[in-house]
Amino acid sequence: MSGAPLLCVRNLRVTYPSAQGDTHAVRDVSFTLGRERLGIVGESGSGKSTTGRAIMGLVPPPGRVTADELRLGELDLCRLSERGFRQLRGRRVAMVLQDPKYALNPVMSIGRQISETHRAHVGGGKPAARRAALEMLEAVRIRDPERVFTLFPHEVSGGMGQRAMIAMMLIANPEVLIADEPTSALDATIQTQVLAILDELVRGRGMGLILISHNLHLVSAFCDRVLVMYAGRVVETCEAGKLREAKHPYTRGLLDALPELGRRRELLPQLQRDPAWADGA
Amino acid sequence: MIRLDRVTVRYGHGRNAIAAASDISFAVAPGAAFGLVGESGSGKSTVLRSIAGLIPHAEGQVQLGGAAMPPQRNRAQRRLVQMVFQDPYGSLHPNQTVDQALASPLRIQGLDGGEQRIATALREVGLGPEHRFRFPHQLSGGQRQRVAIARALIVAPRILLLDEPTSALDVSVQAEILNLLVRLRRERGLTLLMVSHDLAVIAHLCDRVGVMQHGALVELTSSDALAAGAVTHPHTLELLRSNAGYDMRGAEAARFEA
Amino acid sequence: MSGVTLRGWLLDAAPASRRQARFGRWYRTWLSFQNNSLAVAGLLIVLALVLSAIGAPLIADPQAAILQHLAQRLQPGSAAHWFGTDELGRDIFARIVFGSRITLTIVALVSAIVVPVGLGIGLPAGYFGGVVDAVLMRLTDIFLAFPRLVLALAFAAALGPGIENAVIAIALTAWPPYARLARAETLTRRNAEFVQAAVLQGASPISILFRQIVPLCLPSVVIRLTLDMAGIIITAAGLGFLGLGAQPPAPEWGAMVASGRQVLLDQWWVATIPGIAIFITSVGFNLLGDGLRDVADARSS
Repeated sequence: MSGAPLLCVRNLRVTYPSAQGDTHAVRDVSFTLGRERLGIVGESGSGKSTTGRAIMGLVPPPGRVTADELRLGELDLCRLSERGFRQLRGRRVAMVLQDPKYALNPVMSIGRQISETHRAHVGGGKPAARRAALEMLEAVRIRDPERVFTLFPHEVSGGMGQRAMIAMMLIANPEVLIADEPTSALDATIQTQVLAILDELVRGRGMGLILISHNLHLVSAFCDRVLVMYAGRVVETCEAGKLREAKHPYTRGLLDALPELGRRRELLPQLQRDPAWADGA
Repeated sequence: MIRLDRVTVRYGHGRNAIAAASDISFAVAPGAAFGLVGESGSGKSTVLRSIAGLIPHAEGQVQLGGAAMPPQRNRAQRRLVQMVFQDPYGSLHPNQTVDQALASPLRIQGLDGGEQRIATALREVGLGPEHRFRFPHQLSGGQRQRVAIARALIVAPRILLLDEPTSALDVSVQAEILNLLVRLRRERGLTLLMVSHDLAVIAHLCDRVGVMQHGALVELTSSDALAAGAVTHPHTLELLRSNAGYDMRGAEAARFEA
Repeated sequence: MSGVTLRGWLLDAAPASRRQARFGRWYRTWLSFQNNSLAVAGLLIVLALVLSAIGAPLIADPQAAILQHLAQRLQPGSAAHWFGTDELGRDIFARIVFGSRITLTIVALVSAIVVPVGLGIGLPAGYFGGVVDAVLMRLTDIFLAFPRLVLALAFAAALGPGIENAVIAIALTAWPPYARLARAETLTRRNAEFVQAAVLQGASPISILFRQIVPLCLPSVVIRLTLDMAGIIITAAGLGFLGLGAQPPAPEWGAMVASGRQVLLDQWWVATIPGIAIFITSVGFNLLGDGLRDVADARSS
């Protein structure tokens, strides 16, 4: 981490009210993000995606977001209106979602989507936006940007779509990028390429990256720091490289439950859930 | 138990036909577990579905239990091989209870003692009687997959086909389902054929592994050789490398690939 | 069994038998349905229509609905004639009550024709695809291509006047959207993994259609039917107005509106009361349809 944190989160809570009482999707999550790659891992329902959405102001009603502190640089996100969030999204915080098939507009060419994002956030005329979009496509290592510029989302492969998505999200030079399972829909070999591109851009531009994933290996190999979430809480924070030495029984259980090449076990140890973990033990 | 002899599967007709899998030959001994790995579009699921009899093969021969399968299988031939699908949400009928899902194969196959069989099948996959009358939407992903396994096994097949059975599940649930499969295979002497993109999962469950790329079987090897890295085909090596997680060397090699 | 334990038995999370599970399922569906007060209002309206059709002779005098009393024509509402009388001196209340039988006949006949025909065309088209699909869907397109009322007029003219024939004519022109709906639903389910699982178990195509796909199509078809019902009642009234629907002196609501048209300004109740009856019935079916859709959505999610 270097310099002042880009993002400060203290005691973030996301609550969904319902007839049977409130459901706490995220409970007292605190972390800071510098110019680094922060991973959030957890199983489905652990609140990892909701955490990302809360930062983007994308928790749908009736969900309620509260925090003791939720700050992007000098900007207090707790007090931000929906309108304020709209101006923020894309320009200062951007998000890459799992499946480009759903995240890209199917009836608009990839180039137009990227250049319109540029015009909306950076301004400038159409030619400038086009130039910027082509540069961005090249930055995500698309070999023939002119051709891909004119293609529609259904005409490209999953890996190419995800690269276009990253290009669109990074064109306004946001400070923070939240990537929610950005490579889960891709083949392993493509996954590596997309992550390499993400890594290069995030480092080159001095951005903060939050990588949300269920894949412990991936997060541990790619990120600098990892938060492990369980039942809406952060149960463990550790250096990514030292995830294997994790101490919390949940993290240990998850690592143990993964089948591994070269470590053949007749049966895998099954995770024994301790109710105390959910209460922050 | 399973023998594929130069099997080719095509989609489409005439000149527009595309071979999704071509010239596939391998054999799986009774009680063995065989894994097929490859990326999306490699043809691994096509091979699995053609063994299941869901899609016809254009050329070659599929032998199950020593008999060549005709294009239209009869009820007894259907019973021989059952399948567990990838998506625990899509593989169960949304309006049918677990009970209905388990009763219908028994009815179709004309098996008696339904009450007893359903109770046993549920117990075998680790579900209790309280789950019997639930709908899929009242079950977790892991529980649904258990129901799907129970539905496949209730007609007592000799071959169980698994199409990425754990890729939609959480790690902890995946371990439970894999353990269940290991136990059921041992208890029933099942022959397993699993398709997955995850080398570690394949190597965990299977003894032998086939690697597929672009519709062809490029390498046949053992799990032990795979784990030791003692493989020859470049694509197998590439899969092994990406399995190790994010890796800068792999990323660099893939640089400027459009 | 007291009320409390019956409820407990119905809501048991782990039912002991298929029967208990089925009753529990219905009870839960009812619970979620009754939470929607508009839907319950719709159900009450439809129930009232059914009750009035069944018990018509108990509610009103059959003679008063048919017999003419020219001396008492066009009288406003009073203790003797709650809704007044029409231009032939017939009691409008009695005619409304007996008219509900005709309306219900329309509803029953249309449902009995449209649902089987629509499913019978749409399911095979969606499931088998190819030539079957092409032939069945072109047939559907031919029916869709004609303006509905004109086609109904042609059928009604060919079958002869009368409310049953008019309704058959309407139903024959109303099925194409149902066939398209059933086909679309079938297409989305045809390759579902639970269908493939049924194929692997050795199920025949007929059994897959009836046991796997029909239960999934039926809710949307029924809901569409209840939502269409208002339009169908009004189309029937339109045919009656053109002399191809209910024949006098049958108390068909649409024909009643038509006959009250001449005296609308001076004796407003003659046209307005049956109009209100049509309106309330239409709203009832609409609310019921909406409520059913909400229940179906909640169950599928």
